[in-house]
Amino acid sequence: MFRRTSAWERSYITVVSKHSKVEDFGTVDRVGIEERVAKFTTRSIKKQSKLWGLNTAVSMVDLTTLEGKDTPGKVASLCQKARQPSDDSSIPPVAAICIYPSLIKEARKLLADSPIKIASVATAFPSGQSSLKVRLQEVKYAVNAGADEIDMVINRGLFLAGEYDAVQDEIAAVVEATGDATLKVILEVSELETYDNIRAASFMAMQVLRPGDFIKTSTGKASGSATLANTQVMLEAIRDFYLDTGIPIGMKPAGGIRTAKQALHYLVAVKETLGDAWLNSSRYRFGASSLLNDLLRQIHKEKSGAYQAPYYFSEAAGSY
Amino acid sequence: MSERIPVIKTPKVYVGGAFIRSESGRTFPVYDSGGQFVANVPQCTRKDLRNAVEAAAKAVPGWSRRTPYNRGQIIYRLAEMLEARADEMTGVLRQFAPAWTSAAEQEVAETVDRLVHYAGWADKYEQVLGSANPVAAPFFNFTLTEPIGVVGIIASDSAPLLGLLTQAAAAIVSGNTVVALASESAPYPAITLGEMLATSDLPGGVVNILTGYRKELIPTFATHAHIRGIDAVATGDDATALRRGAADSVKRVKVRQPDINWSSEFNESVYEIRNFIDFKTVWHPIGA
Repeated sequence: MFRRTSAWERSYITVVSKHSKVEDFGTVDRVGIEERVAKFTTRSIKKQSKLWGLNTAVSMVDLTTLEGKDTPGKVASLCQKARQPSDDSSIPPVAAICIYPSLIKEARKLLADSPIKIASVATAFPSGQSSLKVRLQEVKYAVNAGADEIDMVINRGLFLAGEYDAVQDEIAAVVEATGDATLKVILEVSELETYDNIRAASFMAMQVLRPGDFIKTSTGKASGSATLANTQVMLEAIRDFYLDTGIPIGMKPAGGIRTAKQALHYLVAVKETLGDAWLNSSRYRFGASSLLNDLLRQIHKEKSGAYQAPYYFSEAAGSY
Repeated sequence: MSERIPVIKTPKVYVGGAFIRSESGRTFPVYDSGGQFVANVPQCTRKDLRNAVEAAAKAVPGWSRRTPYNRGQIIYRLAEMLEARADEMTGVLRQFAPAWTSAAEQEVAETVDRLVHYAGWADKYEQVLGSANPVAAPFFNFTLTEPIGVVGIIASDSAPLLGLLTQAAAAIVSGNTVVALASESAPYPAITLGEMLATSDLPGGVVNILTGYRKELIPTFATHAHIRGIDAVATGDDATALRRGAADSVKRVKVRQPDINWSSEFNESVYEIRNFIDFKTVWHPIGA
């Protein structure tokens, strides 16, 4: 079902984008978009719809650990948590786990019989500051090790220098290297400085992506991360691109989404911008590590009626 | 000179080191002893309580890791702040209950003294409550105390300042933090107290005060699993609701009768501190 970009298409895209400037993709009304997203936080979501939203959010989580101190043991417990987030069996498993390439083999063993995808960051994550050859090799290494999904970073330095064609060619090259794996393109929006740049970068990525690939806000390693506003810019880019081409691209906000309440706000934004077709894990994901615990905590609260303590949900021991 | 426009203070509650209104936007009126309307105070909801507990829980690690001596200094500093603004507090107490006119001044003085009392215990209760236990093996065996975490307080109507601070001081001296529901019939002194807490060196979140209706908030105090202990002035259904709700999350409940004499020296005791600490016993091999 994946549409492979042919050599002809790629050269065509390259020719088109030769003349492109950031403004060619349309500009973003900064005040308008910030007003719009402020409204998303005012929706009243209670009881059954809240429970549905929380469970849906669980099923969209890319449970993430991206630390220098990650070990096979930590990934093993992450996989366990991904398969069965809670002892309440009505709570679904998460969509995927997101790890470094060197740990994929470990996770593959533990998730062999499960629908949970293994996502791996690649392309010199998080900076992307390496040669294209090395970055492509890393992608191939991750795919060969068994990754179902690749989270790549774009070269922000190149983008900010105005080398848009080069940025797009690099993404196209990574698309080819991923083979059958799904690709998520991290724009690292906090380093793109303006909403116009975020919109333009979204389009540049989407033009070379296949249906079912994703664009993603952040690495979680930079100073800024996903906000409702920069996610909204990307959602509207996805909508406009879909209306133009019919190609559905997925969305993954990442970094800084820690509470269930935030997650519901993000789902409201999806629902009101892209509609129900995007309200599932094949088109929407949350990149998060601590979000899952708060979702479980709030689900438990909805069901029991009593506020729960965070340390019931595998928070760091020793917390009060 | 033209007539001045009256500047009336909006009463807000002190939560997490900030002065807030209720998230619901609701308020309820308070009247002085002559039946005159004074102000609308926040009618806090269970969501406000939830937010206050989050703030209180966040404050526990920092507060409990301070040295006991430093906690004592800070509680003493709170006594200083109250002493310096004793006239204001006396006025507030007097405004809401004429029967206490002579007692208002005394209540403030006793509150200051009580804070000084518990400030003194900060670096001493461990010596009294902890122990070095004799064991029949080559080990040192120590029993040490630890704070339990967030303590909920349902304050007294009969002494809205002295009662509240007696309960709070005994809880925070060991490193716990507090979420308190002020007296429903006389919430205003607790609002004024918030302004003194804010200038007292107590880190934000260590003492959080809500105003509102007991009926609305007691069930949530009882069942909130993150609250580890409750010190309540309650009887009848309220007391039952607290005990029953607390059972699920196995929290400690200390129920006091409404006719408690807060002036009594029985309220100045290391055993009040013991209500909300855990004991931990450790074995340590005796070296060569």
